[in-house]
Amino acid sequence: MTETLKQTPTPSFLEYQGRFKGIFAWIFSTDHKRIGLLYLYSMLVFFSIAATLGLMMKLELIAPGRTIMGAQTYNSFFTLHGITMIFLIVVPGLPAVFGNFFLPILIGAKDVAFPKLNLFSWWIYIVGAFIALSSQFLGDGPPDTGWTFYAPYSFKTGTNMLPAVTGAFVLGFSSIATGINFIVTIHRLRAPGMKWMKMPLFPWALYGTAWIQVLATPIVGITLLMVVLERTLQIGFFDPALGGDPILYQHLFWIYSHPAVYIMILPAMGVISEIIPTFARKTIFGYTAIVVSTLAIAFVGYFVWGHHMFTSGMSGVALYTFSILTFLVAIPSAIKIFNWVATLHKASIDLQTPFLWALCFLFVFMIGGLSGMVLGALSANVHLHDTAFVVAHFHYIVFGGTGFAFFGALHYWFPKMFGRMYDKSWANIGLAIFFTGFNTLYLPMFYLGITGMPRRYYDYVERFHGPNIVSSMGAMLMISGLIILITNLVRSARHGAKAGKDPWKGKTLEWTVDSPPSLENFDEIPLVTQDPYDYD
Amino acid sequence: MTDHAHIDEHRDDEGAKTGMWIFIFTELLLFGGLFIVYSIYRYLNPMAFHLAAEELDIFIGTANTVILLVSSMTIAMAVTSIQLKNKRLTLILMGITVCLALAFMVNKYFEWSGKISHGIFPGSEILHQSSQGEILFFGLYYAMTGLHALHIIIGVAFIAYVMWLVKTEDVKHDDYVILENSALYWHLVDLIWIFLFPLFYLIT
Repeated sequence: MTETLKQTPTPSFLEYQGRFKGIFAWIFSTDHKRIGLLYLYSMLVFFSIAATLGLMMKLELIAPGRTIMGAQTYNSFFTLHGITMIFLIVVPGLPAVFGNFFLPILIGAKDVAFPKLNLFSWWIYIVGAFIALSSQFLGDGPPDTGWTFYAPYSFKTGTNMLPAVTGAFVLGFSSIATGINFIVTIHRLRAPGMKWMKMPLFPWALYGTAWIQVLATPIVGITLLMVVLERTLQIGFFDPALGGDPILYQHLFWIYSHPAVYIMILPAMGVISEIIPTFARKTIFGYTAIVVSTLAIAFVGYFVWGHHMFTSGMSGVALYTFSILTFLVAIPSAIKIFNWVATLHKASIDLQTPFLWALCFLFVFMIGGLSGMVLGALSANVHLHDTAFVVAHFHYIVFGGTGFAFFGALHYWFPKMFGRMYDKSWANIGLAIFFTGFNTLYLPMFYLGITGMPRRYYDYVERFHGPNIVSSMGAMLMISGLIILITNLVRSARHGAKAGKDPWKGKTLEWTVDSPPSLENFDEIPLVTQDPYDYD
Repeated sequence: MTDHAHIDEHRDDEGAKTGMWIFIFTELLLFGGLFIVYSIYRYLNPMAFHLAAEELDIFIGTANTVILLVSSMTIAMAVTSIQLKNKRLTLILMGITVCLALAFMVNKYFEWSGKISHGIFPGSEILHQSSQGEILFFGLYYAMTGLHALHIIIGVAFIAYVMWLVKTEDVKHDDYVILENSALYWHLVDLIWIFLFPLFYLIT
């Protein structure tokens, strides 16, 4: 009987007809691959909004004084840009899209542990997004606090803070649900023979990330809830007039939001660890070291939140402790860089588009990481706090790190997801323009910050004019690159040449199934006998 | 062919319980944030917290503690009785749990409305004339017991839903993990109260 079943071609998950038709076949689907794509499409929409806001801000900064918008508009633009990019894109980003799509396939499972919960978390995500975005249109004008909602301004300002904070609170539940789902999936659904140390590195990264999602998100959840109660009921948690302490808000906020940076970057590192061995045609160097450093980052990342508050007022001992811990967390990150570079040593490298993305990632991530060291040092931090330097560092890590890994993952797994190949030369051209634009945009901001330009200002003195022009030109260049990249992918999803099962000659399990995969991924659950990157 | 395209009925009780435990852990952390805030403000305003705590009625607090402890016991007994294939007893025990929870809420209602009628609620005139420590104490009192009461309501809805599943025999002696999970959730609600009760009523 199994013989005949093997003969019949199985429909791919894209063609499979379930109980519902049309769009309902997607938004009510519990298939992890469809949910992954739902996240991808929603994020594409939110990303275009937030990127447009970013571009508008750079246009405002092209000349001193008022250029295209006033101060209040600028404030609400950077607030919405931050809220959208952080809570709707980078925090859920890689786990929700590629984690959902590839985690079960990479560990040889048919779906995640709780498929219904998985669909539910997408719904929470959409509801949270609409609540957050509604803050722009309802009430007394868009929020203007920045994405950090610092007290006491967040409940003193007359703008429409409530939906923004509530939206972020609701989005936290989506993050927690995904985290629980992935932890249980990895514990319970690994294919026979896939021991922990035979698991590919992207699932490992998702595992570390999921624990941070589960352990850190509740803290920000309750903190945002306190802001909501503060605004509606005047309870006094963070209001000095009623006995509250605004610094306590900062502590509670960063106890989550610093680990959240590792929610953003760990899966990115996981993606790079998948791409590099595939195109180096070589086992990854120091598999165990990468696993251990992933867990070490997740662990140490909990104890560094204070470095966001070096100028807020803390005891000397606390300052030194947080500074030392911040330097410590750089060690496991550097270990990963060494491992990736060592993998390339004496490898027969195949220079395909995903690999170029990985190389660009290494370049920008190192700039981001090293500038982080500058900010982690106490004396330098006092000088650079709240300047454009911080913005540049942050974008090198979060956009340069997570963003590059996201596009790298998209170019790496695109043939598997859609069963078609994209136009490689357009992809490379887009990458080149994007990469040039990215560095032209953010490198001058390091210089601007060191020379004293503050962040979050819509205006500046004449001597900052030159670097700002360069930076704004970079923004336009980068956006052109993005448009080329996305157009190429969208066009190729329909019209690209058919991709086989294994276009990159990868060794992990996803390359053994059809492109696009069938509904249940595997006809039979595979028996894993090899290490994940066995090229010898 | 139709067999092939059908997703296998996947069942993993161990996994479902693992998921529930992790979720319970996140709930503890959620309240943990409030406990941190409580302990910091208590440390900063020891005298005001002491005076404010004397305003609370220890009798109602104790009664509610006993009610929740008993309800935790009845839901645990419900899990045992479904294993013994006694559907009727399971439903009765779950019903008692729900009734006890409602009794808790009735007590809470009288307690809160008593306070509010005395003009003690966040943002009230009387409270704003008191010391900052008292404002914070009652702010935390309403926020923490309010959030806890919300969990009671969710717990009641959850248990009522599982009761319906027991009635329709979707939950039976060889497949009762959701009943176990609802019981776990109820123990969590109980556990949090065990911490709230001394913090607000007993330490004076």
